[in-house]
Amino acid sequence: MIDLLADLGRGSIAVFQRLGRGHLFLLRVLASLGTLVVRPGLIIRQIWSTGVQSLVIIVISGTFVGMVLGLQGYNTLVTFGAEESLGLVVAKSLLRELGPVIAALLFAGRAGTALTAEIGFMKATDQLSAMEMMAVDPLKRIVAPRFVAAIVAMPLLAAIFTAVGVLGGYFCGVGLLGVDAGSFWSQMQTKVLLMEDVVNGVVVKGVVFGAVISWIAVFEGYDAVPTSEGVSAATTRTVVHSSLAILGLDFILTGLMFN
Amino acid sequence: MKDTRKMEITVGVFVALGLAALLMLAMKVANLSQFTSHEGYKVRAYFDNVGGLQVRAPVKMGGVTVGRVIGIGYDAKRFQAVATLSIDPDYDHIPTDTAANIYTAGLLGEQYIGLEPGGEETSLKEGDELQMTQSALVLEKALQEFLYNKTVKAP
Repeated sequence: MIDLLADLGRGSIAVFQRLGRGHLFLLRVLASLGTLVVRPGLIIRQIWSTGVQSLVIIVISGTFVGMVLGLQGYNTLVTFGAEESLGLVVAKSLLRELGPVIAALLFAGRAGTALTAEIGFMKATDQLSAMEMMAVDPLKRIVAPRFVAAIVAMPLLAAIFTAVGVLGGYFCGVGLLGVDAGSFWSQMQTKVLLMEDVVNGVVVKGVVFGAVISWIAVFEGYDAVPTSEGVSAATTRTVVHSSLAILGLDFILTGLMFN
Repeated sequence: MKDTRKMEITVGVFVALGLAALLMLAMKVANLSQFTSHEGYKVRAYFDNVGGLQVRAPVKMGGVTVGRVIGIGYDAKRFQAVATLSIDPDYDHIPTDTAANIYTAGLLGEQYIGLEPGGEETSLKEGDELQMTQSALVLEKALQEFLYNKTVKAP
């Protein structure tokens, strides 16, 4: 009985210690962002490996999500004789929720894991220690550019996902199911608002999700147990934790924005 | 060196693509272009009941959108709702005795203001007020009237 309580206590302390380490780590990363002003080239390489490399999966998923929304939305709306509102349904659901959330989940799987594994193996193979030996701060040289790159790339990917999704919905609704093209766009354009839907949805959510994913990913990599098992466990944790964080934060953000 | 150049170009393309997507969402989906570029002149119309009329609802003349509702408020002195309409400056020959009615587009559709031109020579200008208005059709009221007529006629 006492053992059980001790286990529980030990577990909780470990969780909070990790949480504390994560936040202290975030502060150290934020403090080391200054060097990036001097060497913006470092960020560009990371945007290439996180953003550009995720482009294909984002575009393909966006198209299919938009097309499925078009099909399903049409089936529901046609029973009310309101299939002209299809454009509105597709655009609003993509802008507000599906675009940023699915793009973020894909981004966590595609780019977050790569970040964790890369930094974790650098640690396991003592590259980070070697850098410190050469008086190069790995936080400034390795972690900070990756952190910033993910924050830059994420809203752009969310915007691309949403735009492609709207086109996918257009293709399905107008091209395949015969919804009137004019009312598809005009219904969308009268009801979708720039600040409330586009900026709040894609941009704000994109930046927040990007920050959370990259924070979790670089921290898990930096904090990983420096063995191959440790790195694989850290990579798994990145996916699980960032997915949960995205979905939980999305609920909170939606509650704050759209009420 | 060549690799770095190539990488920088692809990143540039990526960022441009992302910004283009954002621009498309703003322009094509949220229709920013129409909303800002056509700053029209403002006209007020008083209604007993605006029903479900919403800000940004279209103002139509003969079925063509000529402006938008930009504000809905309540005038405590006149005990009436006041809708502020912004009319596209392209349509500057609207007679002053034009009537404003609130209609519903379709059974479940949104409500809009329909303008029916009168016969006056003078045109509406900034700050004018539409004298003849007809309130929104409230379904409960219409039903009540219908039932009332039925019961009166019944015997």
